[in-house]
Amino acid sequence: MLIETKGLKKIYSIDGSETPAVNGINLEIKEGEFVAIIGPSGSGKSTLLQILGCLDRPTGGEYFFDGKEIEKYSDDELAHLRNKKFGFVFQSFNLLGRLSVLENVELPLIYAGIPELKRREMAVKVIGSVGLSDRVDFETMRLSGGQKQRVAIARALVNEPRIIFADEPTGNLDSKSGEIILEFFEKLHEDGHTIVLVTHETYLAESAERIIYLKDGLIEREEIVNHKSFRENKFSK
Amino acid sequence: MKFRDNLKMSYSGLTTHMSRSVLTILGIVIGITAIIIVMSLGQSAQNLIVGEIQSMGPETIVVLPGKQPKGLSDVGGSIFGDSLKERDFKDLSKKENVPDAVNVGPVVFSQINSSYGSETYDTMILGVSPSMFKTFGLEVNPPGTLFGSNDVNEKSSVVILGNKAQTELFGNSDSIGEKIKIKGKNFKVIGVLIKKGQSSFVNFDDHIIAPYTTVQDLSGLKYFNRIAVTAKSVEAIPSVIKDIELVLRTNHKIDDPKNDDFYIQTQEDLVKSISSITDILTIFLGSVAAISLVVGGIGIMNIMFVSVTERTREIGLRKALGATNKNILVQFLTEAVILTVTGGVIGIIFGTGLTALTVVVLNKFAGINFSFSFPIDGALLGLFVSSAVGFIFGIFPARKASLKSPIEALRYE
Repeated sequence: MLIETKGLKKIYSIDGSETPAVNGINLEIKEGEFVAIIGPSGSGKSTLLQILGCLDRPTGGEYFFDGKEIEKYSDDELAHLRNKKFGFVFQSFNLLGRLSVLENVELPLIYAGIPELKRREMAVKVIGSVGLSDRVDFETMRLSGGQKQRVAIARALVNEPRIIFADEPTGNLDSKSGEIILEFFEKLHEDGHTIVLVTHETYLAESAERIIYLKDGLIEREEIVNHKSFRENKFSK
Repeated sequence: MKFRDNLKMSYSGLTTHMSRSVLTILGIVIGITAIIIVMSLGQSAQNLIVGEIQSMGPETIVVLPGKQPKGLSDVGGSIFGDSLKERDFKDLSKKENVPDAVNVGPVVFSQINSSYGSETYDTMILGVSPSMFKTFGLEVNPPGTLFGSNDVNEKSSVVILGNKAQTELFGNSDSIGEKIKIKGKNFKVIGVLIKKGQSSFVNFDDHIIAPYTTVQDLSGLKYFNRIAVTAKSVEAIPSVIKDIELVLRTNHKIDDPKNDDFYIQTQEDLVKSISSITDILTIFLGSVAAISLVVGGIGIMNIMFVSVTERTREIGLRKALGATNKNILVQFLTEAVILTVTGGVIGIIFGTGLTALTVVVLNKFAGINFSFSFPIDGALLGLFVSSAVGFIFGIFPARKASLKSPIEALRYE
């Protein structure tokens, strides 16, 4: 099992009152799986993703990644984990606008201490795989939303991570760009990548193999997707 | 993460806000410029003064009239005091009175107007004994001669011209044997000094030199402005000073040293007191300049805090991509140090340039023989201080950046 949580909790204390965002979640994700986490606003789906992505620490329960308990990890070890094993795709792209496509994609490799030439080679290859070979030296702030998200995907892939966490990756895109991004995720899954996708749109979640429905910080139900019916309905709205 | 990558990253962070970065380092540029100027001009001034004092030789002791000046208001005593008389000079010259002295000579000086034909020249006439030529290292161009003790005894109307005095009165013509007029009297030029430049606070090139008796007669003075005594060695100086004090107190009927109407200066005393004055001045002016460095440093800290807040999302992103706390700390610290060191280097260049310019101006227009050399000490100090300022004032903002939680930073709007 790549990911396993037992009674995972995240409770925010604000002015003495406690607000549970994640309230005891038991979850298992296998290597190579494409899982969508869906739920209304405030259901705790983004918080769950942030904890699974080691961007935040849980306040209770246990989280095992690749069989190892994460709680014992130091901040530096978590940084190392994020760098080597995780790839992130955010709703708002989170690119450094003044840097070129290449420089943005290289960032995780810099922190991994990979030498410049090798770094460049790896980044150029992955930029090509998202169809942006002709934009390598462009400043990312000059790109369209869809292109920006493709740069973000390239950045998430460049370190050959074990798992990709995507938080509303099409949320800031028009439907056409959104469709292209979604197709990327499907292709990544076909290539064997493990993907965890957070969304509040059912039609997006249906591109995954399994959908986890979250409500009030708890798993309400899980569902295995019938891909035949999904293909027919995709982007019909 | 490699340091070169960190440098690149920090550089790119700074160039994103180029005009802000340039304005931020102004304080450091001004501070380092000021420190370099103060240090190198202070050092040049000290070298100049010490060099002049030492040109008389370390064995030379100068006796001055009046009480030892305690401040600027007392200096008049040593210029206008009339306590050093012919008798004092004669007694000090006696071997039995000051056995360790090898040379004793009086100095008188007076402001005069000299003329040759239609040419006139205002200058100082210095009256000395022949023994003083050696003390001051004075020589004349052949075929001129120096005057001797006969000229002193007979109050001969002979003068030796300094190089500039010769040019002012005679231009390029020969002056030896010619007569110049001083206070209506004729004086025969017997020699022209070999160009010497400034030494012992006196620029002999500018002046006219005559037997001291002649100058006393000319100016109606019955005293000396200085008596210079040369000890046989530096070690003999204390005993020579004791003997001089004994002779002068006896002659002046002084029982209590507090009532001394003369004072004695050794070259070492002078070097020490002048050096300590220039050192204090340098330190004082340097501290004033250092204040601007502190102000500049606070400016850097302020801008770095603004930058850290502005770039909170960037910090969160970098952490999400694998940057450790240390990576972030080093990145922001490097940015601060790049800023201050760049300011420091510009300051060193400006400071050196302005110092060179000042030296040229002083030499050309004020006739002060200042030497200029690249202030290596000052430059190294400037580099060290500017990087230290970057480090000290950059560490707090950088630490603040490094401790941000990745998710809180990413959520920051």
